[in-house]
Amino acid sequence: MIDVAKIRGDFPILGRLENGRPLVYLDSAATSQKPVQVLEAEARFYREHNANVRRGIYLLAHEATELYEAARRRVAKFLGAKPEEIVFTRGTTEALNLAAWALGETRLSPGDRILVTEMEHHANLLPWQEVARRRGAELLAIPITAEGELDLGALRRLLDGRTKVVAVTHVSNVLGTINPIPLIAEEAHRVGAVVVVDAAQSVPHMPVRVGELGVDVLAFSGHKMLGPTGIGVLWARAELLGAWPPLLTGGEMIREVWIERATWADPPARFEAGTPPIAQAVALGAAVEYLENLGMAAIQAHGRTLTAQALEGLLSRPYAEVYGPRDPEKRGALVAFNLKGIHPHDVATLLDQEGICIRAGHHCAQPLHRRLGLSASCRASFYLYNTEDEVEAFLAALDHAWEALR
Amino acid sequence: MSPYEEVILDHWRNPRNKGRLADPDLVGVEVNPLCGDAVRLELKVAEGKVTDVRFDGEGCAISQAAASLLTELVKGRTLEELRTMGDEELLSALGGVIQTRLNCALLPLRALRRALQNSPA
Repeated sequence: MIDVAKIRGDFPILGRLENGRPLVYLDSAATSQKPVQVLEAEARFYREHNANVRRGIYLLAHEATELYEAARRRVAKFLGAKPEEIVFTRGTTEALNLAAWALGETRLSPGDRILVTEMEHHANLLPWQEVARRRGAELLAIPITAEGELDLGALRRLLDGRTKVVAVTHVSNVLGTINPIPLIAEEAHRVGAVVVVDAAQSVPHMPVRVGELGVDVLAFSGHKMLGPTGIGVLWARAELLGAWPPLLTGGEMIREVWIERATWADPPARFEAGTPPIAQAVALGAAVEYLENLGMAAIQAHGRTLTAQALEGLLSRPYAEVYGPRDPEKRGALVAFNLKGIHPHDVATLLDQEGICIRAGHHCAQPLHRRLGLSASCRASFYLYNTEDEVEAFLAALDHAWEALR
Repeated sequence: MSPYEEVILDHWRNPRNKGRLADPDLVGVEVNPLCGDAVRLELKVAEGKVTDVRFDGEGCAISQAAASLLTELVKGRTLEELRTMGDEELLSALGGVIQTRLNCALLPLRALRRALQNSPA
C-alpha cells in the first residue's frame, strides 16, 4: 500500500486549480507530474555541481561526471542490468531509432523479416518502417485479437528463419494490454531473432527486470516516470551494444580521431555523442530513487485498483465503449474509451471544464485505431498520485458530458 | 462561458445546409490532421454573390456546428465580402469558443478560404 495523501504533498502542481476546480490529472501515460525531490535534484545539480562531463580535469567536472554516472548505475540497478549497458538518450523515441538503425547496420539484409505488432506506438513502428525500406527487409505486424491481446498463434506463424527482429510494446498505450514478453522472447529467440521492447508504459508502473523478461533491447523515457523531459534510456545486451556502430558521431564518443577517420569509444559512451542531458540524468536518478522507496509492486497495485475502478465504472455505463482487456490484471494503469457518437475532443473539453485532464486523439497509434475502426479515442491514465475520489469525479464528469452532448 | 453554448449544441444537433450541391461553382476541403475532423464547403455563385451553399464533414461538435453556422453567414454575401471575413465574425456568432478548441471552430473558415482561392473572380 502506498500513502497517496502523503505522496500528493510531494507534487506541487497538484495544488493548482484548473478552470476553478482542483486539478485532476489523468494523463500520466503522456507525461507524469514531478515530485519536489526530482525538481530539487535537477536544480541542485545546476546550483552546486554544474560542469560538463567526462573531459574535465578539475574537481567540479569530476563531481558532475560522478553524479551522471551514479544516475546510470542507479538506473541499471533498477532494471537488474549492468551500468555499461545503459545508454542515456533523449527518450524512448530516440532509443528505438538508435536500436533500429544499429540493427539495420548489423543484422538486416534484403529479404529479412521484422515483426512488429498492430498495437505499436508510432515510435516503435516508424523506425522499423525506415530500416526495412533502407535494408530491403520485410515488415509485418502481429495482429491483435478481439479482446485487444496479441494473437500468439499468428506470432508463431509469422516467426521464421528470416525473422531477425521482433519489436513489441510491453504495455499498449491505448489498449493497456500487458504483452507476455518472456513468452514472446522465448519464441523469437528460437529462430534467432533479436527482441526489442518499448517499455515506455511499463517501467514507470511495474517491476521490470531485463533478466526476467529475457529480451535483448529495452527503451523507456524519464518523463513518464516522474523524471524530466529530454532524458530516456536504451538498455541493450553488452554483446549487441559492443557490435553496434554509433548513430550520432562527434564529441565524447571517440577513442582516437584523425582527419580522415576515427575509432569509437566503448559503450555506453559510443552512443552518447555531444554533451548529454546531465542534469536530467541526475534528476532521473532521483525519480528512480523515489519510485524504489515506494516499491514498484505497490505502485503497480495502486494503479490496478484505480484502473479496475475506472473499468467497472465505464463498463456499467451503456453509453461508453471500452477498448482492450476487461480484466484489470491484464492491463497497465490506463483505459481508452469513447462515448457513443461523441467526438473524443468534445469529451476532453467538457471534462477539462471540471478540472479533469484526459487525452483524446489517436495517441500516436493510428494503425491500431484503424484496426479498431475508430478515428480517435479518449484515454484516462493513472499514477501513484491519483486517488479513488478522482476516478469517481472522472466517471461523474463523463455522465455530465453525456448529458450535455447526447 | 460554457464551451458548448446553446448555439453550438443547436447547430450540432440540427445542422443547416448539410449535404452536397448538384453543380457547385466553388469547393473547399480542409482536414485537421490532429483529430481527423473534415469539412467540405460547396458554394453556388451568381453575379459575384453566394446563392446557395452546403457543407459536409465529420468530426467534433464544435467543428461541425461551426460549419453549419458558417453556411448561414455566407449565404447572400459577395465573394469580395467573404474574402475579408475575419475569424472574429464566426467565433462571436458561435457565442465565443474556448482557446483550446479554436482550431476546430476555424476549420470551416479555412475550407471557405480554400474555396475562394479557387474563385474565378
